[in-house]
Amino acid sequence: MFGRTLWPRRASSAQTAKERLQILLAHERGTGTGPDYLPALQRDILEVIRRHVPVEQDAVEIRMERGREVSSLEINIELPAPRR
Amino acid sequence: MTTELKQERPVGKIIVITSGKGGVGKTTTSAAIGAGLAKRGHKTVVIDFDVGLRNLDMIMGCERRVVFDFINVIQGEAKLKQALIKDRRLETLCVLPTSQTRDKDALTKEGVEAVLAELREEFDYIICDSPAGIEKGAQLAMYFADEAVVVTNPEVSSVRDSDRVLGLLASKTKRAEEEGAEPIKAQVLLTRYDAQRIAKGEMMTVEDVLEILAVPLLGIIPESPAVLRASNVGVPIVLDAPSNAGSAYEDAVARLMGEDVALRLDPDRRPGLMRRLFGRTA
Ligand SMILES: Nc1ncnc2c1ncn2[C@@H]1O[C@H](COP(=O)(O)OP(=O)(O)O)[C@@H](O)[C@H]1O
Ligand SMILES: [Mg+2]
Repeated sequence: MFGRTLWPRRASSAQTAKERLQILLAHERGTGTGPDYLPALQRDILEVIRRHVPVEQDAVEIRMERGREVSSLEINIELPAPRR
Repeated sequence: MTTELKQERPVGKIIVITSGKGGVGKTTTSAAIGAGLAKRGHKTVVIDFDVGLRNLDMIMGCERRVVFDFINVIQGEAKLKQALIKDRRLETLCVLPTSQTRDKDALTKEGVEAVLAELREEFDYIICDSPAGIEKGAQLAMYFADEAVVVTNPEVSSVRDSDRVLGLLASKTKRAEEEGAEPIKAQVLLTRYDAQRIAKGEMMTVEDVLEILAVPLLGIIPESPAVLRASNVGVPIVLDAPSNAGSAYEDAVARLMGEDVALRLDPDRRPGLMRRLFGRTA
């Protein structure tokens, strides 16, 4: 009885731990892109944009949210103010 | 007359969380102290210096949002503000994760110095989560520190390693090398403190440890299942449901800020009580 009241609560934080690890490790074990692809991706994105607009390196903001089903990569680029 | 009020820039204080020995609670402590300071409204950043074994992000619960890291910043592949992860619970809290794919040789003294200088402009407190050991990674984590929290468990190898680390803090750091600089203020944080095992004489008492290390005590964190629970869900212990370990960390944060907070857990009465209850075992 003692065990029964304690068990569900214990199991839930352990379950959360398992899920967090599964999501993280699925990403870490290889999407085939290599672990350090983000700096390279940023470099390439900047290069493409610079062909058209002059932007600074820190004008690019990349956010990531890794999920079980989908992950999202959000890229914000601050463009220079138009000249008056 | 309209004079623009000059906003006072914080002069970030750098605090290293170190120990020598692994598994004593450095990362748990870095997350707890970082979150504890941020909870009090101080702009705080916690940096993971454990290159190759990224763990702080998991303990802080931001592992899914890591894009760039400390090493990317040092190597000029990303700007600092791109690598900083803002905590979703406390807006005064940020994490600077480390790289999982490189090794500690990717850290350079100049690189670390430049990043810390930039962080100092923006943050009140910069918490450095040191790797275990006494080699390069651990030495870089402590080199620029103003204060040190030496995380120690009440057992022989941990105390011995803490002693070595105290020696390094007093000799191999910027403050130690600079003529006329105040030495690093080092304090011991006793963690994984198990009153029952101390009562049985299996573990050293607070007095034993302090007598050997001869530095002030920042606090005593009990061994607690709440720590494991908090790490499972990725919440620093001071932000999780109230627990004795969480309160002990909050007290340690208060002392870190110079407040005079009495030790809540009275470990010296516990042994006597235990002895009376269970009979002497030691
Ligand atoms: N006060 C405590 N009570 C119970 N377990 C703890 C406590 N502090 C740390 N731990 C556990 O000890 C292990 C090592 O802690 P961690 O903070 O990663 O140490 P380090 O960074 O020094 O290697 C982890 O499993 C953690 O949950
Ligand atoms: Mg650690």
